[in-house]
Amino acid sequence: MENFEELFIQESLEMLEELEASLMELEENPEDENLIAKVFRIMHTLKGSSAMFGFDAISEFTHKIEDVYDRLRSGKMRLTSHLIDLSLAACDQIKLMLSDKSLGISDVRIAKILDDFQLLAEGKRKLLPTENESKPYISLTKKQSKKSDLSSERIYRIRFKPNQDITRRGVNVSFIIQELTDLGTSTVVAHTFDIPNLEEINPELIYVSWDIIITTNKTEEAIRDVFIFVEEDSVIDISIIDEVDMDDDSEFECKRIGQILIERGDIEPEELNRLFKDRKLIGQVMVERGLAHPDMVESAFAEQEHIRKTNQKKRQVAAKASIRVSAEKLDRLVDLVGELVTLQSKLTQFAISKGSDDLLRIAEEVERLAWDMRDNTMGLRMVPIGTLFSKFKRLVRELSSDIGKKVVLEMSGEDTELDKNVIELLNDPLVHIIRNSIDHGIEPPGERKARGKSEYGTISLSAKYSGADVIISISDDGKGIDIEKIRKKAEEKGLLTRGQDYTDKEILDCIFSPGFSTSENVSKISGRGVGMDVVKRNIESLRGNIEIDTQIGKGTTIILRLPLTLAIIDGLLIKTGDSTFVIPLPYILECVQVSTHDLSIFSADVIDIRGEAIPFIRLRDRFSIHGRTPDVEMMVVVEENGKKLGIIVDSVIGEHQTVIKNLGGAYEKIPDISGVTILGNGDIALILDVSALMSVDVLKTKGGV
Amino acid sequence: MAKKLLIVDDALSVRQLVAFTLKNAGYEVIEASNGEEGANKAKTNKVDMVITDLNMPVKDGISMIRDLRAMQEYKFTPIVMLTTESQEGKKQEGKQAGATAWIVKPFSPDQLLSVVKRVLG
Repeated sequence: MENFEELFIQESLEMLEELEASLMELEENPEDENLIAKVFRIMHTLKGSSAMFGFDAISEFTHKIEDVYDRLRSGKMRLTSHLIDLSLAACDQIKLMLSDKSLGISDVRIAKILDDFQLLAEGKRKLLPTENESKPYISLTKKQSKKSDLSSERIYRIRFKPNQDITRRGVNVSFIIQELTDLGTSTVVAHTFDIPNLEEINPELIYVSWDIIITTNKTEEAIRDVFIFVEEDSVIDISIIDEVDMDDDSEFECKRIGQILIERGDIEPEELNRLFKDRKLIGQVMVERGLAHPDMVESAFAEQEHIRKTNQKKRQVAAKASIRVSAEKLDRLVDLVGELVTLQSKLTQFAISKGSDDLLRIAEEVERLAWDMRDNTMGLRMVPIGTLFSKFKRLVRELSSDIGKKVVLEMSGEDTELDKNVIELLNDPLVHIIRNSIDHGIEPPGERKARGKSEYGTISLSAKYSGADVIISISDDGKGIDIEKIRKKAEEKGLLTRGQDYTDKEILDCIFSPGFSTSENVSKISGRGVGMDVVKRNIESLRGNIEIDTQIGKGTTIILRLPLTLAIIDGLLIKTGDSTFVIPLPYILECVQVSTHDLSIFSADVIDIRGEAIPFIRLRDRFSIHGRTPDVEMMVVVEENGKKLGIIVDSVIGEHQTVIKNLGGAYEKIPDISGVTILGNGDIALILDVSALMSVDVLKTKGGV
Repeated sequence: MAKKLLIVDDALSVRQLVAFTLKNAGYEVIEASNGEEGANKAKTNKVDMVITDLNMPVKDGISMIRDLRAMQEYKFTPIVMLTTESQEGKKQEGKQAGATAWIVKPFSPDQLLSVVKRVLG
């Protein structure tokens, strides 16, 4: 092959010399048609052979110059000395390109010559070859890059119906099909509906036509070339049905059968529309009604399948970056890691008790690994909250237009990650809060205008990290909550005592009471009694809490504070009798040593801590734990929503970070217990449900304060 | 007996490359550098197939195809055109002159052979 290349270069150089001579001659005899034809022919030969020997740039270059000479030859433009100058410059350029195969057509000098040729062909002689000369080259390289896009894959649909007598001309159709299918991944469907009855068959004729769906990076040109022998004697229809674009991460959607058939012109759109009233499979219906031949429908199915497979392959490629794992497997992994962590603490305890330094060192290493692994595993469950937020766009749009309000949804912190389970469980509460904002918060456009606000109300969703928690806030710039109205309502319902002083917060908290709704007229969006109490309960079940902040006339903000994950808990390990419990750390204010004497000062179960009266419960009583109460007990003071409660325990063991396990189905409904965890020594510790403990006892003891 | 092929192209490099490829595949090859030489060689040697470039000095490919088709012994001989033109016009002209098939430059030796095999049957 190399010999041929040398031969080609030699030959081309000779041709260029001939070309130069012809060009000089042409300058003197500009009307000589033979000379013009000769120049054209040399250019053409150069184009052809350079392509043969891989000098693509020369081929492309000469192709463009050839165009100009073609115009010249056909009398569409006149020969000028400028053109001769340019052509001579082009000759020099081709010589350079012959010696350096790497010189591309986008090379500045080459591009400039081509550009000048282009201008000449368009009849616009460049008058001011100044600084902005470089501009056209940019556009030229852009064209280049467009061309390289052709290398990306496309799906073509080729309908091939050869004339019946094509075989008489010695054409073997199967070769053509074979050649086509060699171009890429293909699906071939043969249509046999033209085959006559046996007695009418002429064995020399072809009755079959084909639909070929092919995914290839070849150009349409390349596909047409397959048909060069037969294009005269066949109906060939090539169309691109889908461009396979890897950058596009939008949903991979397969075309519907009806759509494919309409595109192909096999059925009329109106006919299809009529069919949509039926609920049967559309292809089936079309065949039943005789609108489309079964073959056509089958072929359309094949096309659909082909596109689906192509998309699937694409998806597989895309999937390399991330893998979908079922949540179940992930949960199992978290479980196992939890057990590993547990076992590891057992190992550490054992190592300490053995007093073996070597063993301890190993235990420490295992500990480090186990914790790393735990952190990593937990990370797997994290999902950006933006996936949830974006769902609300539609909700806001629809709800607001339903009731004639104009609302814009703003979002921030969408990439804040939360445990997948938390995110799933957040959906309902957030929907409820947003509904409330639209219904009760944001005023109608007219009212907003009258108050000097923009017609458009804004609801902002935001999420941010705060330690091991995530804070999600939902705020609107609506009318805010009228605290006086809430107070009245709460007094009516007996939630607040008339005439007593309450903080705004206490009053607002009434909103979270069951059955509390201030909306005078219950709309279809909110205010049906399933109120904020449910929201609060949902959030609390996620070990989170909820707060309201409102300013009359300005708007309302609802703040949710949630743990990053439900699977792990920071807790305080305590002991009462033989039982071990875990109190979630976020609730804990302090631990105080108390003696029996301190506890018996008041008649009710209230203790004085630095001058503050705090209700308390005894865990021993609550869970009916046997054994003698020690003289000095510990009280863990917990707080939720500003209310405090003391929990009297025998002793405090210490902090404990642990993986939560659910109680089995049989124990699911045990009050006051939210879960269970396994300790390093294999013992089980129950996790106390602080909110549950509080809700009962605080109310009960309230009157005694 | 080896089939005899005539290759007509004014570009020596292309002609030799085609000839080399065909000879390696076991065909007997006769070369000509323009349409006139091609027609003359076809007269003196009965060839089984003609492969010709279109744009050539002295006599172009399409005129040569017309000449060949006018001869009784070349009425049905396969004639393949080598061309850089992908325009419909040129193809039609060739087809009307009597060409059997096309190969568009650039082509690889494999492509050439597959076309030759198909045309020769």
